[in-house]
Amino acid sequence: MQRELEIVLTRQLASYLATPAFIVDPDGNLLYYNDPAEVLLGHRYDETGEMPAAEWATLFEPTDADGVPLPPDELPLLIALRTRRPAHREFWITGLDGARRHLVVTAMPLVGQAGRFLGALTLFWEGAGP
Amino acid sequence: MRVRLWGTRGSLPTPGPETARYGGNTVAVEVRSDDNRVIVLDAGTGIRNLGRTLPSTAKRVDVLLSHLHMDHIQGLGFFAPLYVPDMEVHIWGPPSPAESLRSRLGRYMSPPLFPVRLRDLPCRLTVHEVPDGHVHIGPFAFDASLVCHPGPTVGYRITADGRSVTYLPDHEPGLGVRGPLLRDGWTSGCSLADDTDLLIHDGQYTDAQYAERVGWGHSTFDRAVEFANLTRSRKLVLFHHDPDHDDATLERLMRELIDRTRPTMPVSAGYEGEAIAL
Repeated sequence: MQRELEIVLTRQLASYLATPAFIVDPDGNLLYYNDPAEVLLGHRYDETGEMPAAEWATLFEPTDADGVPLPPDELPLLIALRTRRPAHREFWITGLDGARRHLVVTAMPLVGQAGRFLGALTLFWEGAGP
Repeated sequence: MRVRLWGTRGSLPTPGPETARYGGNTVAVEVRSDDNRVIVLDAGTGIRNLGRTLPSTAKRVDVLLSHLHMDHIQGLGFFAPLYVPDMEVHIWGPPSPAESLRSRLGRYMSPPLFPVRLRDLPCRLTVHEVPDGHVHIGPFAFDASLVCHPGPTVGYRITADGRSVTYLPDHEPGLGVRGPLLRDGWTSGCSLADDTDLLIHDGQYTDAQYAERVGWGHSTFDRAVEFANLTRSRKLVLFHHDPDHDDATLERLMRELIDRTRPTMPVSAGYEGEAIAL
């Protein structure tokens, strides 16, 4: 089955961005991540393909600036999926290479033609650090 | 099911002796079921001649618009059934988030672009925005799906009498794709064309033309063949010919295409008047 066209076109855009980008479906399952995101995930998209929400959401161990773990419901992606509104915040993760990274994250809900809710696009930027 | 091409040209009508073989009328296709019910695909200038050949007993005709660029609607005002009282005419097309299909069509079918307004047509006109899922019309069923082309644009897959035709006249499946077209559902139009008996597909550009027109919503000859292979289509008719491709050019480009790609299914350039039995 073909994916929704808006998701196909979002992937084409993401594949050209130098910014790490993740595309998820309405349930949070990871549909696509681009080359820069592979550095964060420590996996190659060509090898993993899609990933269930439960598998990829736990990879990063997100915390606030004080190292306190953040519940998933407070992460921009899940806020965007739950509220269908854009969400933005800064947090820290432990990358697959073991390094702590300060990230600035924006998640945007993807609403297609005829108001179809299709998932979200999340973009990550490296923050300024602690 | 029988398919007849009444207009094969893209972008602009190109009449003249140089295009006599493949035709100069813009896109219009007739799909006729074994019991003589007709669906019309797009309303380019080819629809005028199509309208004059409908069965005299016809009480209803459905026109499926892929999108509203001029080369796909320019003939609509000259479609004879619109002027037959009590003829049931159904026009289907893509929805837009901004304006209804009827309102968008009305921009063309109204002064100063056209003297007759939609509301003044004597036929019994119904305008439908294509829904998700199957639509049944008499012996036909069709599916519509958004495809890669600027603005709201759909492709169609029509089935009847156990056969299918997929219509993707304006389609850029390779937009942003480096290397081969993507599998696993990541290529625009792939579900509509999956395992279809006849694929009528955009073949407007050479590779050199495409390099200067990326994002304009059209396919190269080679991408069309690749798309047909990807979807396991059984026959490919290239369509929406570029106005700059006269008969001699098209025949040369087709010979080169066949030599270069060695397609596994029959591939041809659609010509005006061509009839295809499925």
